[in-house]
Amino acid sequence: MLTRSLERPERPWDSRRAVDPTRKRRLRLLVALGTAVLLAGALVYTSLGAASDATTPSRLAASASPDRSYRLTGRVMPGYRRAGDELVFLVRDRVGSASVPVRYVGVVPDPFRAGREVIVTVRKRGPVFIGEKDSLVTKCPSKFSSRGTDHSS
Amino acid sequence: MLNLGRVCLSLALLIALYGIAASLYGASSGKRQWVDSGRRAVYALAGVLTLAFVVLEAAFLRSDFSFELVGSHSSTTTPTFYKATAMWSSQEGSLLLWVWLLALWSSLVLFATRRRLREIAPYATAVLLGFAAFFVALVVFLASPFELADPRPAEGVGLQPLLRHPSMMVHPPMLYSGYTLFAVPFAFAIGALITRRLSPDWIAATRRFALAAWFFLGLGVLLGARWSWSELGWGGYWAWDPVENASLMPWLTGTAFLHSAMIQEKRGMLKVWNVSLVLATGVLAVLGTFLVRSGILESIHAFGASTLGKPFLGFIAVLVAGCVVLVLTRLGDLRPQGRFESLLSRESIFLLNNLVLVGLCFVIFWGTFFPLISEAVTGQRASVGPPWFDRYTVPLAIALVLLSGVGPVIAWRRATLRNARRNFRLPAAATAAAALALMRVPGVWRQPLALLMFCAAAFVLAVVVQEVWRGMRARRVMSGESAPVALASLLRRNRHRYGGYVVHIGVAVLFVGVAASSTFQHVRDIRLSPGQTVSVGGYEVHYLRATSKLSPEKVTLGALLELRRDGRRVATLAPSRGYYPSRDPSLGPTGRYFDGEATSEVGLRAGLRRDVWTAVEPDVGAMRRMIDGIDRRFPLAAGDSATVMLGAIGDRYEVRPPPASFRLIVSPLVGWIWLGGMIVAAGGLIALWPAPSAARRRTSAAYRARLGRELSRA
Amino acid sequence: MEFVLSLLVLAAAVAVIAAPLRRGRAPDPAPDAEIAALEAPKEAKYREIRDAELDFRTDKLSGADYRALDRALRAEAIELLRQLDAAREAATKEGSCA
Repeated sequence: MLTRSLERPERPWDSRRAVDPTRKRRLRLLVALGTAVLLAGALVYTSLGAASDATTPSRLAASASPDRSYRLTGRVMPGYRRAGDELVFLVRDRVGSASVPVRYVGVVPDPFRAGREVIVTVRKRGPVFIGEKDSLVTKCPSKFSSRGTDHSS
Repeated sequence: MLNLGRVCLSLALLIALYGIAASLYGASSGKRQWVDSGRRAVYALAGVLTLAFVVLEAAFLRSDFSFELVGSHSSTTTPTFYKATAMWSSQEGSLLLWVWLLALWSSLVLFATRRRLREIAPYATAVLLGFAAFFVALVVFLASPFELADPRPAEGVGLQPLLRHPSMMVHPPMLYSGYTLFAVPFAFAIGALITRRLSPDWIAATRRFALAAWFFLGLGVLLGARWSWSELGWGGYWAWDPVENASLMPWLTGTAFLHSAMIQEKRGMLKVWNVSLVLATGVLAVLGTFLVRSGILESIHAFGASTLGKPFLGFIAVLVAGCVVLVLTRLGDLRPQGRFESLLSRESIFLLNNLVLVGLCFVIFWGTFFPLISEAVTGQRASVGPPWFDRYTVPLAIALVLLSGVGPVIAWRRATLRNARRNFRLPAAATAAAALALMRVPGVWRQPLALLMFCAAAFVLAVVVQEVWRGMRARRVMSGESAPVALASLLRRNRHRYGGYVVHIGVAVLFVGVAASSTFQHVRDIRLSPGQTVSVGGYEVHYLRATSKLSPEKVTLGALLELRRDGRRVATLAPSRGYYPSRDPSLGPTGRYFDGEATSEVGLRAGLRRDVWTAVEPDVGAMRRMIDGIDRRFPLAAGDSATVMLGAIGDRYEVRPPPASFRLIVSPLVGWIWLGGMIVAAGGLIALWPAPSAARRRTSAAYRARLGRELSRA
Repeated sequence: MEFVLSLLVLAAAVAVIAAPLRRGRAPDPAPDAEIAALEAPKEAKYREIRDAELDFRTDKLSGADYRALDRALRAEAIELLRQLDAAREAATKEGSCA
């Protein structure tokens, strides 16, 4: 209130400026909103293209196309092995018995073992799924789980 | 002591509910004694929760296994340091920590404002107690830390090995302090909106808390990154993991709020922005707390479906709805008092800064919640990976750093264009010089984004140096002090401005580290046998020999690596892998070690110019025959005999090791990330430090005298 | 033992919370709050004046721009001081009556 009454134009050309402020403000708002919409649009568009679908072993075994990547979640079955640089393991449904074989090269997280839940980005190649390098994530077990879970499981 | 703990928690819930009722009644009826009682309820809450916290922590420290929580997260063999941190490694303990911290800060702010903000304070009290009541209710009804273990076990399970890192003592408390401190300006904003008292008083009263929240949350995030780099076996510090993102988002909106709050205090502008930013920060803080423990998003941090998901979602929904309704119905009271006089003003730069920060937050939000969004829209869960995040956050980060260099040079209200152009000459020249110098470093010119970031950082550095120089010169003209004294008094009297400049330098240094380490990294994944050498990033890594070590808790198999550069020995690194035994009784006495938890010990040589990072994964599968053979022959071995057998396996690994998988990373300027973080922390402390009130009074008196003289003249 | 401790905690909490209620109607120091509410904008205005001077001395504002800004800010500060003085006078008047 105080500042407005004291904002008297001190230079002659300020009176011209006093005519435009609302229009200028509206223009600025439009430009800002427009940029925001553009950015949001770009985001949405690229996220749809760059995303990998989340699947489970049963769904993957049923239908998988070789030209998309999938984010596979499931449990590691016992009996995984290392063949040279590769880690070969079977991923099983969380509940159920369908499983798919994965060959993976890259970082193996510390908590990785049989029975743990993992997420790995894979691509189909023939009967086997090739894991994307360094995309293997093992979920931290039983930190915030319900009470009474045995840490050994 | 279990019952005492339970009583404290139930009492805490009652106190919180009473406090809400008393504050609201006192506010609406005008009876101050009820408002005072409501405020004292917050003090009582803090006291009661402190007692509950002490009871639980004491149980952990003395390994009282009658507490179910202690038995499931700690053991007698856990070192004392980690016994203390084990409390908040659990769901129940971490919730208690969260609400205890909230009660502490709430008590602090209400004590500090007990004679001010009389209309707003009761509503702020009610909001803070509302948060507390929700969390205490969660703890009392769904996740109580005071459950009895029946029968009482003789030994505990122990702390999750991955959490045995000194950061465990600091990272969660810092993060939670950040989250809970942001609840304070949130609560006062809600109070200001409800009572329609939207002058910047509430901002001034809670500014310290917002700044402290920003400080702790930022440090917490950085500590998490450092922990990941030096401890986890994948060799990175940031993975755009949902939990990491969840802690970064409120920090971004909090940073935007800290900047644009300055504008509201000076000019009475950007009121809707400020209120929206602080409300968003509060909601995002609760969202962050929720994401870690809900299991709704796949993350290495997130844990299986928990019963807390639905109540949290309900709480967040109520918060969001309440905030939106409040802001929309108070839009009339949020009209700006000043207006943007010129595009070339610090106000405009701050507004742009708001937009970039909110943009960053929006990108991260979209990417983090994309699986849920896509599932809701298409029925199929899809997720985006780090490359998508990088594509958008990198340009925005460059813009942010650039803005932090432009801002200090432009004056408030309306900068003189001629002066502004002149002020940019030196920094622009410095940046150009830096660009030319950098282009001669091999490979840099091929990475335009990294080069842009380096130039932006050089620009910021030049601007700040110029500002400090000019400020010192101005001070000496005004008061005739010597150079060092001038610098000190400049910092002392303009804490916010110069603290902010230090923060900007820190951020620039940090981003230089991020840009360099992510763009110019050398990584090698390779299998080596002892005696072999491999070259990576200008270093020669020579596998000297295999190592093994036994301790009561684990078996460690590792490697000794010699690091050479230009033929000279630079360091010896000892990456290893620790194998903790499983408690599954069906496993053999030695085999159980290799079917339990395993953690990597990274061999790290940190330096100012580059870090050499090594991790090893011994081929346990090749040792399997020996392990299984021993277990078959001695299935019931335990204690000393088991130790002897483990020792045999360890010796065999040392003498005839199978080829092990190594990950070797040479990453330039990683240290600059932590260095930048420390500079940011220093700047934050400068800004946070209370101004000496005596100096303030002295200045006021001088000004009053001058003003008085003018008054009498006019 | 635990029972006694629990009772103590309960008693302490009730004592802390009920204290203002037992006191009854607290004297309403409203004028103090009024004055405190004017102190913050005054301090903010002083900060603006100092910032403007610093901007001028670090070459971000031309002399003419600075003088115009300084004049406007000081006028606003004087108005705030007038309001503060009026509030203080009202407070002392009330105090002398009580």
